[in-house]
Amino acid sequence: MSKYESRFAGFGGQGIVLAGVILAKAASLQEGKNAVQTQLYGPDSRGGSARCEVVISEEPIHYPKVAKANLLVLMSQEAADVYYFKTKASSLIIYDSGLVQLGTLKEDARHYPIEATRIAESLGNKMAANMVMLGAVSALTGLISLPSLLKTIEKSVPPQAVNLNLNAAKEGYRHLADREGLH
Amino acid sequence: MKLNGRQFLQGNEAVAEAALAAGCRFFAGYPITPASEISEVMASRMPQEEGVFLQMEDELASISAVFGASWAGTKAMTATSGPGFSLMQEGIGMLVMTETPCVIVDVQRSGPSSGQATRVAQGDLMQAKWGSHGDYEIIVIYPNSVQELYDKTIEAFNLSEKYRTPVILLSDEIIAHMRENVVIPQSAKLIERKNPKEEDKKNFLPWKADSDGISPMAKFGDGFKLMVENNTHDERGRTNQTDAALHTMLIERLTNKIISHKDDIIKTESLFLDDCDLVVVSCGCVSRAVLEAINIARNNGIKSGYFRLITIWPFPDEQLAAIAARTNNILVAEMNTGKLIREVKRVVDPYGVKVSHLAKIGGNYHNVEEILEAIEKVVK
Repeated sequence: MSKYESRFAGFGGQGIVLAGVILAKAASLQEGKNAVQTQLYGPDSRGGSARCEVVISEEPIHYPKVAKANLLVLMSQEAADVYYFKTKASSLIIYDSGLVQLGTLKEDARHYPIEATRIAESLGNKMAANMVMLGAVSALTGLISLPSLLKTIEKSVPPQAVNLNLNAAKEGYRHLADREGLH
Repeated sequence: MKLNGRQFLQGNEAVAEAALAAGCRFFAGYPITPASEISEVMASRMPQEEGVFLQMEDELASISAVFGASWAGTKAMTATSGPGFSLMQEGIGMLVMTETPCVIVDVQRSGPSSGQATRVAQGDLMQAKWGSHGDYEIIVIYPNSVQELYDKTIEAFNLSEKYRTPVILLSDEIIAHMRENVVIPQSAKLIERKNPKEEDKKNFLPWKADSDGISPMAKFGDGFKLMVENNTHDERGRTNQTDAALHTMLIERLTNKIISHKDDIIKTESLFLDDCDLVVVSCGCVSRAVLEAINIARNNGIKSGYFRLITIWPFPDEQLAAIAARTNNILVAEMNTGKLIREVKRVVDPYGVKVSHLAKIGGNYHNVEEILEAIEKVVK
C-alpha cells in the first residue's frame, strides 16, 4: 500500500482528534502498518475548529502532515468550507449529512453522506458520532478492519463509554456496508 | 507501567518514558506549551517508579531542583519551551561549571518572548549553545521522529553521565505532538557516572580529573568531603578568583572533555551523497519534509543529497567539511531567520561551496513543494 492520507475536520468537542488517533493506532498496532498522526494544535478547543491528520503507509513515512487528502471526513459546515477542495483526485469524502451541506459536488470524488451525529444520538450520546465515522471509514477503505477498529476503541475510551463507542462504530460500519453491498 | 515492544506514542510521551527507562527518578518542571505533556506523563509515572515529580513555581526553581537532585545521586530531568529555557540559562551555566549531569528538554516554539505559543519553530539552535555566559561547551541533540526522541533521550542521559555535563535535548512542536510507531526495547544500555573509590575517601579531591578529563562524582551523604562551587575552583573545590592559570586550566578541562570526545558524541545522518549536485542540510521536523522533497527530486532526475544534524553541538564541522569537498551547492532549510546557516557557512565557505537558504518563520511548517522549488532553483 502506498501512502494514504486522511483528514478529519469538525469542531472542538466532537472527538475529531480521538478519531484520528484511533485510526492511526489501529493501523499501526493492529494492522502493522506505519502511521503518523498530527493535529491542528492551538488555543481553540471546545467549539473552535478541530482538525486531525493521519498518514498510513507500508513504507517509512517522512513528511508527517497532509497536503491533499485521499480521505476526508467532515463533521461541520466550516470544515467543509475550508477542506472540501483540498483532496486528491478520486478521493473519498464522508460527511455528516445532518451537519454539512455540500454545494456542487466534485466529479472526481466519491461522496458518502451519513447522519453520524443522529445515529450516535439514537444510540445514547451524540458524542459517539466520531466512532460512527470510524465505522464508515473501516467499511469503505482497506485501512483498518472492523475487528482492528473495535479492539483499538476498547483500549482508547473510558471503561463506562466502551459499549456506546463500540456500538457506534459497528453502526457506522453497517450503514455503509449495507449501502455499498459490502457484506 | 513500563512500556515494551511496539507502541503508538506522542513525541513528548516517548521522551518521558525514555527518561524513566534511562533511570531518571527526579523530574522538576513548570508546565509550558508545547512541552506540558512531558510533565503530565512524569506526574503520573514517577510515583509508579518510586521517583519524585515536582511542579516548581517557575523554571529558575526547576533547574535548581534538578541540580540538587543530581548531586543527591539521582538522574534528573526538566522539560520546557523557549520562554522557560531562557529563564534556565543561568542555571545551565552553573550545571556546566559544577559538571552536574542532567537532561534539559527544550521543545521549541515560535519566539522571541511568548511569541506564538502553539506554533513550531527552530529558534533555539544558538541559544542551546550560547545561552549562558562565559566560555563553555555543551552537548545538544535534536531528534526528528518519535522513535528517535525515545532513543536519543536515553543517549542524552548516557552522555550526561559519561561526561558529567548537562545535555540539552531539543525537540519542536511538530515532533513533540506527533504520534507515531515506536519500538521500545526490553532494556536499554545505560551509562552511569563514575563514583569515587572508597579508599580515596580520606584525601578525596572532588575536582581532580582522571586522564580523560572527568573527575569521579561523589554525592552528598556518602561521607566524601564535598564542596560544590560555581566560582572558579581548585581541585578541593575552594574558590580562587584571581589565579589566571587556575581559571584557564579549569575552563580548558571543561571544554576539552567535550571537544576531545567529539567522535563519540557527534551523530549525523547522510543519504544519497555519492552522486549529488546539491546537498540539503536540515535538522528536526524540517528534515522530514526535506527527505520527502529529496525523494521526489531524485525521481525527477535531480541528484540531491541529504544531510541531517542529529547532534547540533558540538557542531559536526568535520562531517560537513567532507560534504563540502564533494558538492558545489548546499541548501539549508530551517525554521528561523538564519541560525544553522551561519554555522554551515563558517564550515563550508573555505571550500567555495555556494550556500542557499530556505528560512521560514510564522509557525507554519515547511511544505514539500516549497522545498522542492528551492532545490530546483539551486540546480537550475
